[in-house]
Amino acid sequence: MKTIQEINEKIRTGKAVVVTAEEIIDIVAEKGLKKAAREVDVVTTGTFGPMCSSGAYFNIGHSKPRIKIGGGTCTLNDIPCYTGYAAVDILLGATAMADHDPRNSVYPGEFRYGGAHVIEELVAGKSVRLQAEAYGTDCYPRKSLDTLIELKDMNEAVLFNPRNCYQNYNVAVNLSDKIIYTYMGTLRPRIGNANYCSAGQLSPLMNDPLYKTIGIGTRIFLGGGVGYIAWQGTQHNPGVARLENGVPRFPAGTLAVIGDLKQMNSQWLKGASFTGYGVTLTVGIGIPIPLLNEEIAACTAVRDDQIVAQIVDYSEGYPQIIPGSLGEVTYAELKTGSITVQGKKVPTGGISSYKCAREIAAELKAWIQGGKFLLSDSVAPLPSADSGVKCKLLNERPFKKKK
Amino acid sequence: MTNKRIVLTFPSRLVGQPITTHLVKEYDLMLNILRANVTPNEEGRMVLELSGPKKSVEEGIDYLKNLGISVEPLSRDIKWQSEKCTHCTACIPACPSGAMSVDRETWEVSFDRDRCIACELCIGVCPFNALEIQF
Ligand code: SF4
Ligand code: SF4
Repeated sequence: MKTIQEINEKIRTGKAVVVTAEEIIDIVAEKGLKKAAREVDVVTTGTFGPMCSSGAYFNIGHSKPRIKIGGGTCTLNDIPCYTGYAAVDILLGATAMADHDPRNSVYPGEFRYGGAHVIEELVAGKSVRLQAEAYGTDCYPRKSLDTLIELKDMNEAVLFNPRNCYQNYNVAVNLSDKIIYTYMGTLRPRIGNANYCSAGQLSPLMNDPLYKTIGIGTRIFLGGGVGYIAWQGTQHNPGVARLENGVPRFPAGTLAVIGDLKQMNSQWLKGASFTGYGVTLTVGIGIPIPLLNEEIAACTAVRDDQIVAQIVDYSEGYPQIIPGSLGEVTYAELKTGSITVQGKKVPTGGISSYKCAREIAAELKAWIQGGKFLLSDSVAPLPSADSGVKCKLLNERPFKKKK
Repeated sequence: MTNKRIVLTFPSRLVGQPITTHLVKEYDLMLNILRANVTPNEEGRMVLELSGPKKSVEEGIDYLKNLGISVEPLSRDIKWQSEKCTHCTACIPACPSGAMSVDRETWEVSFDRDRCIACELCIGVCPFNALEIQF
């Protein structure tokens, strides 16, 4: 048994033993759980995948004379921002797109540029064009603005993602006779390919499946900078069926994360375009797991062959919400490059980069070993499997106009 | 020595004829079949790489044309920009030739231009615009 304070003391003095979620697998296999839990202090995880529910808010600083963009309109490189806050606070969502982008109007649409790409460019230090229109008031007389702006000019630039880091995800296939374009990539007809999206054994929430250490307030690697877990993510669904090791067999927990965009690195925050679907932000996240006891150590030693995902049809099953899975596969099987679905050998493709997940886990490990990243106690736990928290469908009550 | 990548479209009556053998024997050419799509009773299409002395390559192409085969240069080239690639592997199941491949130890994706048949199937698949057509 260790405490986070003891581990932090070791980190400060450069004595902490830090390994990645891949390395702990062999350590536990060689030394046994008891010894591994005693000797290793921290396990680092990583993931780098598209996370649509992402965005950033900015305070751009007051212009002279003042303008009240709040309630008006604002674009960054033609991508519309949300302006329903105070005078110069704006919010840009990752999936936002320009009203008219000719590349998107020809089926299936390329979606080469959107909010996520603006965020990536800002983080890379580039200038973007900010245009705003306002109605003008006595205290905020200015009615329009057209200026270049970069991240360092802004007062605050904060990445705030309502849902990231999905704990497990579907394997997407297409049972229909025509090609379909989804957020899980292009899916060829008659189960032409099977796409998956999780770092599996390296993925943060797979290594702490019941959220014993990862909670609200946990300090994390976010987009190459330091961030925090702000809340459970939207659609957090911890009550799904789980394996004996606690790993959910379906998409389950999610995280809302926050961090200073100015510290981040565009290597770990990239705009992504899904043909026929839209734009999204690929976010790099790494979460440290303190090995407080053997139980936690056992969870971090999880391997790809002990994590399963459901094969889901995205031509009908997913869009029409028809429950049912075409089968269950392990990440070890997915990573061989092909799986068997309905008797057919199908090539697999990733949507999340395992190579980058590995690099993130290694970078976070280096930060901790170098003493520049301390672990934080969570201030409140995330709702876990027994919380009763559920992700519900919309209860539609069609609106009828009064006669 | 010349290297030429060509696209052949041939009528169904030529399917099953030992054309490629003839090219090798009579014209002393090295052949690399990059892609072939031949269905009986229909047109066939084949992407070939011919290598040999310049004169033999030209004569070989004339021979194909005289048989009634349409011969066009493979003009499009696919460029993989490694600095944009995140090694996600989304393109791997899309690529029929194995030009895009991943090392399943390092999880690094790489592009082998020599295997690429410029089918363009990977282009729309890459979320990071790392694959481009060059004319
Ligand atoms: S064009 Fe793309 S998919 Fe086609 S062979 Fe070349 S790399 Fe593979
Ligand atoms: S789809 Fe694009 S980013 Fe992903 S591995 Fe292929 S080339 Fe790289």
